[in-house]
Amino acid sequence: MNELNKIHKIIFDAIDVLNEGLDIEKRISKSNDTVLYGTNSRLDSFGLVNLIITVEEKIQDETGVALNLADEKALSRKSSPFLTVGTLSAYIEELLKNT
Amino acid sequence: MEAESKVILITGTSKGIGKYLSEYYLEKNCFVYGCSRKPSEIESKNYRHFCLDVCDEKEVMKLFLNIRNESKKLDILINNAGIASMNHFLLTPLNTMTDIMNTNVIGAFLFTREAAKLMRKNSFGRIINFSSVAVQLDLAGEAVYASSKAALNSFTKITAKEFAEFNITVNAIALTPMRTDLIKNVPEEKINKLIGKLTVKRLMEFKDISNLTDFLIREESGFITGQIINFGGI
Repeated sequence: MNELNKIHKIIFDAIDVLNEGLDIEKRISKSNDTVLYGTNSRLDSFGLVNLIITVEEKIQDETGVALNLADEKALSRKSSPFLTVGTLSAYIEELLKNT
Repeated sequence: MEAESKVILITGTSKGIGKYLSEYYLEKNCFVYGCSRKPSEIESKNYRHFCLDVCDEKEVMKLFLNIRNESKKLDILINNAGIASMNHFLLTPLNTMTDIMNTNVIGAFLFTREAAKLMRKNSFGRIINFSSVAVQLDLAGEAVYASSKAALNSFTKITAKEFAEFNITVNAIALTPMRTDLIKNVPEEKINKLIGKLTVKRLMEFKDISNLTDFLIREESGFITGQIINFGGI
């Protein structure tokens, strides 16, 4: 499994954890294009916070690396890395390469 | 549920209030994580010490990774690490402002953020910040110190709102003077003048603090959050 696939699996596992606590109509799908942030997202701000923190925890479990995903780089980008599962995966891959 | 068997993280444990609280909760069979710039003299199989600067994000995150790996959870955070400076505003160097804000505000910010992430998993957490009556009293000579504690008060009230959904409470205890290193350079006359402004006119004692931390960390205290509790009747 390559690095990006591993990251996808981490995010999908985190989505499973999040979905467990959500009503069926509010659950989010597990695909690269799933929108996580912005007006087209089914997640509210609390849901997004929970997802990001769960992803951080799973990265720690899988790699032993403590990442802070909401760092200055993430928040200063014109296009948020939290927009979709795909952009989040790419951002995590970039952060892990620099650790 | 009382403090027994809880996992507690206390910042600034090499001396003073932090050292006292570490030993106090170790006696109550808690597992205590502590940190300070200097090594600790506390010796217990239930104590882990980390030498770090509380505003060093990487080191703080490493500490939390250790807690997560070893204890899997964190029940209580006491943001105790703090520094003070008493000086006329016009004679205050920029470094004083930066150092105080780094330790008193940024340190508390980093520890609170990482602690709440860990506490959220268990849907239980107690965060206690140490503020000062200097905020309420607007003490001359303490503009920088009191400002840092005022920031901590706002921080306490707002994080209480944001963490309520996780069943994490955040409260602050506004301390009065006691015989610690923090006030060792303050003239006796100044201390007496400050005590004169309190309703209960005496120095604070260690047991005053542990009495209130005991109360705030109880499971039954989950309805008390976002409060700044002033000692001495202010």
